Amino acid sequence: MEPTLVPIGGVWAYVAMSAKVTGIFTLVMVVVAYTTLAERRVSAWIQDRSGPNRVGPFGLLQPIADGIKNILKEETLPATASKFFFILAPILVLVPSLVTFAVIPIAAPLPTPAGVVDMVIADLPIGILYVLAFSSLAVYGIVLGGWASNNKYAFLGGLRASAQMVSYEVALGLSLITVLMMTGNVTLTEMIWQQQQLGMWFAFPLSLAFILFIVSAFAETNRLPFDMPEAESELITGYHTEYSAMKFSAFMISEFGHMVTASALMATLFFGGWDLPGSWDDAFWYDGQLIAGFAADGSVILANPAWWKTLLTFGGFAAKTAFFLVVYIWVRWTLPRFRYDQVMSLGWKVMLPTALGYVVLMAGAILVLDEIGVRWGFGYGLALTAVSGVATVAFVFFIDRGRTITGAAAQLGQRVEIKSIAAARAAAVAARTTQPARQEG
Amino acid sequence: MSISVKLMQRPAPESTSYLRAALSGMALTFRHMINPVKVTQQYPEEQTDLHPRWRGTHVMETHADGRPKCVACGLCPTVCPANCIRLVGGEDDQGNRYPIVYEIDEFRCIFCGMCQEVCPVEAIHVGRHFENAEYTRERFVYDLDRLMEQGHASTNLWDPSDPTGE
Repeated sequence: MEPTLVPIGGVWAYVAMSAKVTGIFTLVMVVVAYTTLAERRVSAWIQDRSGPNRVGPFGLLQPIADGIKNILKEETLPATASKFFFILAPILVLVPSLVTFAVIPIAAPLPTPAGVVDMVIADLPIGILYVLAFSSLAVYGIVLGGWASNNKYAFLGGLRASAQMVSYEVALGLSLITVLMMTGNVTLTEMIWQQQQLGMWFAFPLSLAFILFIVSAFAETNRLPFDMPEAESELITGYHTEYSAMKFSAFMISEFGHMVTASALMATLFFGGWDLPGSWDDAFWYDGQLIAGFAADGSVILANPAWWKTLLTFGGFAAKTAFFLVVYIWVRWTLPRFRYDQVMSLGWKVMLPTALGYVVLMAGAILVLDEIGVRWGFGYGLALTAVSGVATVAFVFFIDRGRTITGAAAQLGQRVEIKSIAAARAAAVAARTTQPARQEG
Repeated sequence: MSISVKLMQRPAPESTSYLRAALSGMALTFRHMINPVKVTQQYPEEQTDLHPRWRGTHVMETHADGRPKCVACGLCPTVCPANCIRLVGGEDDQGNRYPIVYEIDEFRCIFCGMCQEVCPVEAIHVGRHFENAEYTRERFVYDLDRLMEQGHASTNLWDPSDPTGE
């Protein structure tokens, strides 16, 4: 039987859905486990060490050993902790980090004899809003964990997490506004399709939005240089100081789960998701049919799905996500942690105004392009790339002047004061040493 | 006594850049990430050659017929600064002295090598060996048979006429 270009239906839809849920959940958990290993190995290479290489070939079984260890370790419950919330917090953190992956398409639709299967668990009409809602839910678990531990360091970590999440959520949302203006829709499949139709990935026409998004995503996932909630050197380990065994592991899984989701989102929103260069893999649902695009006269061009296309596009998606995961790790082991006031001033004084201004700029540019009748296509993308390029260069030029986030700049007033104090002290010492020795009575 | 304030010579804020510093740092770590300097010795698989004068687990030298060379003169327990050697000497029919009990507590031993230096018949030696971990403390007391079984090379003594060991 030939594959048909209609959505899978009947009992097979349930089978396909079960398989997708199981498969993607397993995939995310495995990727999370191996990201922990990758983090340890890559950090080791960066520091000229070897990293864990004893368990299995190249240490590939290390995550399994870690899992067994975490299950077998003792669960501690601080005597003064609020028991219910203490146990609730890891759950509240873990669940949002895993469910956000449900709306991210991982490959081109797969044709089966019973119909075409979308390679996404739930292609929700609210798409990116669902991701934003659930990813910001995780902060409740962090704050609750810090508060329920009844430990001042954990509490400080929780407080910092809440402040940081709220601050960067704003810039994150605003940087996404430009993506929404481009696609005119919030579903992630539509975003991928619009990038295919544009002929270029949104990282180019929305370069500044991508920079803002990646910085905000680092802050949202509490990774260095924004890991204020953990801040080992200041707060022990912050909000999960009092946690042990599998509850601690739940926090770690959620952190890495957020990393995986954020990487997948960066790939989807700005690097075309599963889209690979060329138009051979274009596929989109339109009016109950899987189409590849529109002809010049407005008629639809039917898509030509194939299992090898699904496989290849999944490979592309995995490669993009893996790239951003490596960037996450690479940045973590390079940049030192920001000071807390630097995090706040970067979030509110730099990211927010820049994102707002960029939204206005891109809205104007899109309006002008639409008014003068430029068709949605490569030329449209090039024009926006030029506008964004100018904005990005201006932004980098402004940041690079050293007035915003350098430690030296923040201490400018202080340094002058210290200099004057030191000068006064030196003068006093000089005056005392030149005085004649006091006569002893 | 005045308090001295050390002023750090920091670059002027106008000439510093977080971005450029961050990017050069990223470049440095990237070079190490793709081409890490190999400094780690994978210990159980790769062994370092011990120095000829490395002083480790003791060895008791034996005669060709398997008897220990020790004549139970009592010099090593006397000289031992850690007091870790227990020696009970005996005498056979021909009047040859031999050790009835010869035990070294490797846990107490400080591996100074003075037992080897003082031995008149070159019987007890410290050896070029260090992997002597055990599961119980009792196992660290080596008796005469165990000292004779040790297969590793014994340590070269420092030779005053050849101080660099050439």
